[in-house]
Amino acid sequence: MDFELSKEQLMVKKMVKEFADEVIQPRAIEIDKEAKFPVDIFEQMGELGLLGIPFPEEYGGAGADTLSYALAVEEIGRVCGSTGLSYAAAVSLGASPIYYFGTEEQKQNYLVPLAKGEALASFGLTEPNAGSDAGGTQTTAVEDGDDYVINGEKCFITNAGYAKFLIVTAITGKNEKGQNAISSIIVPADTKGITISSDYDKMGVRGSDTAEIVLNDVRVPKENLLGEAHKGFNQFLHTLDGGRISIAALGLGIAQGSLDRALSYAKERKQFGKPISSFQAIQFKLADMAMEVELARNMVHKAAWLKDNNKPFGKEAAYAKLYATETAFRNANQAIQIHGGYGYMREYEVERYLRDAKLLEIGEGTSEIQRMVIARQLGC
Amino acid sequence: MNIYVLLKRTFDTEEKIDVSNGRIEDESAEFIINPYDEYAVEEAINQRDAHGGEVTVVTVGDEESEKQLRTALAMGADKAVLINTEDDLEDGDQYTTAKILHAFFAEKEADLILAGNVAIDEASGQVGPRLAEALGIPFVTTITSLKIEDNTVTIEKDVEGDVEIVETSLPLLVTCQQGLNEPRYPSLPGIMKAKKKPLEELEIDDLDLEEDDVEQKTKTIDIYLPPEKEAGRVLEGDVDEQVKELVSLLKNEKKVL
Ligand SMILES: Cc1cc2nc3c(=O)[nH]c(=O)nc-3n(C[C@H](O)[C@H](O)[C@H](O)COP(=O)(O)OP(=O)(O)OC[C@H]3O[C@@H](n4cnc5c(N)ncnc54)[C@H](O)[C@@H]3O)c2cc1C
Ligand SMILES: Cc1cc2nc3c(=O)[nH]c(=O)nc-3n(C[C@H](O)[C@H](O)[C@H](O)COP(=O)(O)OP(=O)(O)OC[C@H]3O[C@@H](n4cnc5c(N)ncnc54)[C@H](O)[C@@H]3O)c2cc1C
Repeated sequence: MDFELSKEQLMVKKMVKEFADEVIQPRAIEIDKEAKFPVDIFEQMGELGLLGIPFPEEYGGAGADTLSYALAVEEIGRVCGSTGLSYAAAVSLGASPIYYFGTEEQKQNYLVPLAKGEALASFGLTEPNAGSDAGGTQTTAVEDGDDYVINGEKCFITNAGYAKFLIVTAITGKNEKGQNAISSIIVPADTKGITISSDYDKMGVRGSDTAEIVLNDVRVPKENLLGEAHKGFNQFLHTLDGGRISIAALGLGIAQGSLDRALSYAKERKQFGKPISSFQAIQFKLADMAMEVELARNMVHKAAWLKDNNKPFGKEAAYAKLYATETAFRNANQAIQIHGGYGYMREYEVERYLRDAKLLEIGEGTSEIQRMVIARQLGC
Repeated sequence: MNIYVLLKRTFDTEEKIDVSNGRIEDESAEFIINPYDEYAVEEAINQRDAHGGEVTVVTVGDEESEKQLRTALAMGADKAVLINTEDDLEDGDQYTTAKILHAFFAEKEADLILAGNVAIDEASGQVGPRLAEALGIPFVTTITSLKIEDNTVTIEKDVEGDVEIVETSLPLLVTCQQGLNEPRYPSLPGIMKAKKKPLEELEIDDLDLEEDDVEQKTKTIDIYLPPEKEAGRVLEGDVDEQVKELVSLLKNEKKVL
């Protein structure tokens, strides 16, 4: 057993912490209020190599591990949920499927610019009638000569408004059992027939771009098929397993940020002639918050470690995602409570943490779906 | 060009610091590269990128200082040297550090040595100038701009807010002031590459020094935190009254007028 981070992991954490505190934190309120995707921050993150953390150098990445990536997401999430979500989605949903399943040529063409931070990609799985039941995809891709012709609609797709290309899931035929077979296809965002609109007015993660994609007779060459045909279902399950570690890390960041703010406020705020941190009611809240942050961190790190060591990590990723995101919500809620009336105001930032944390209990598999994944692993 | 940076690991004065029995508690403090030394690292990298050569970062410290050296390597320095005094020296002062560095540089052909203006822990600003004196090379402190053309070096130096322009030549030692540059964040690929860059570890006998040669010249009597900031006082009444009261306070209570 070894709970120590390596020197490189510590350096990554420290670097991203400084970047988050100095560059992102001062903009966090504005990003939320104006619901504007911070393109320039993503450019800087790209230059620092953050968008390519877990990919090998030969594909433009930094060749670091999943744990380093989780540390980076945590540090960004600690100051800004919007930036954290778009970051996690860019790496885990936009770039990772190409790394996992793409051909060498696809990796060179698509993964390299993503890892270098020169472009963003999105993963379009969810549809108006296929959310938790992502296998219920209705979008179709029909073979026509050397092309696929894609028709359908995707909703709630992170970063799509700023993406250079999209990975979309679509029905490409039937399997042996006569069920719809799904494939993933890489579609350049400027292909004719695609309409992308980012008009959602969201509760939280307001600065993360979320878009609706309409595909109307969109034609792409067959070589844009990601990996093998009809393997889309397993591909997205695998992609989401990995993505869950990053959403868990984001939840951890928000939970830690909530604790930090609540603790420092409680030490300064005086009522009844004493700092409110001297009241046991407040102390117990802070104690619970700190404990849950640490438990969530252990679970996130364990899931990342398992993935880095090529061991099965699906169940642990679900534990981490479920626990860390629900901890984020609880901690943000308690942080508001500890701030009293001030916590209800945007300026004190903890109400934003609560709004941002709520998304994490929904995206990349709702809390209910995580419990289903865990129960299935238990043999139910 | 052979460029060297003198770097010190120090505690972060923006984080909590605990002092007990006249010593800073290592356990609770956060450690960083001395911020002024970060300007030195950044400048060294920029000068190397402009003129070619190699950047070597040198620290006199202990095992833990490796973290700060690795960070400098991750920023882009080429090599690092840790002169580890952990087993040989109980304590040291600026004399000790300069003496050790002098022994280290005696063998080297340094064209440019960059240090921080001061280390934020003890803030003496002495190590750089002492080393330059010992090496018999020119030094310029608190620089805010450095231009090297052939052997001519043009420097802007901060003098209490004004700028002095100095022309000098290599080899040279400078100490870096805020405003010289914006230190970069180490990039992810930089962090991963730092692992493979050379980090040499020396002890004082590798430099033919004995404990007595470097014995400190000063003695630290005590270390204590500044008194806690007291709450401000809000004066009341109309402006005339407030001004009168303020003047009287400054005169009689604070005795500054
Ligand atoms: C800001 C944001 C960003 C997103 N980014 C992306 C993205 O980049 N790519 C992408 O493809 N999708 C994305 N999504 C979509 C997200 O993954 C889905 O919203 C999520 O999977 C839930 O699907 P749904 O909204 O259709 O809800 P539904 O599936 O309709 O769920 C409604 C409720 O029913 C529950 N439920 C459903 N099925 C069951 C069951 N079998 N048993 C028990 N309870 C059940 C759910 O837990 C939930 O509480 C994003 C969503 C948001 C809000
Ligand atoms: C939208 C809004 C409308 C409002 N409208 C009005 C209004 O019309 N009129 C008006 O007068 N006020 C109004 N308020 C103020 C409101 O009543 C106060 O915010 C509330 O009483 C809490 O006080 P506080 O914000 O100073 O928090 P604090 O008193 O500083 O409390 C901070 C935290 O410390 C806890 N705490 C404090 N003392 C103790 C203790 N002894 N033991 C244990 N825990 C303790 C609190 O429970 C809380 O969790 C409003 C506030 C809001 C946000």
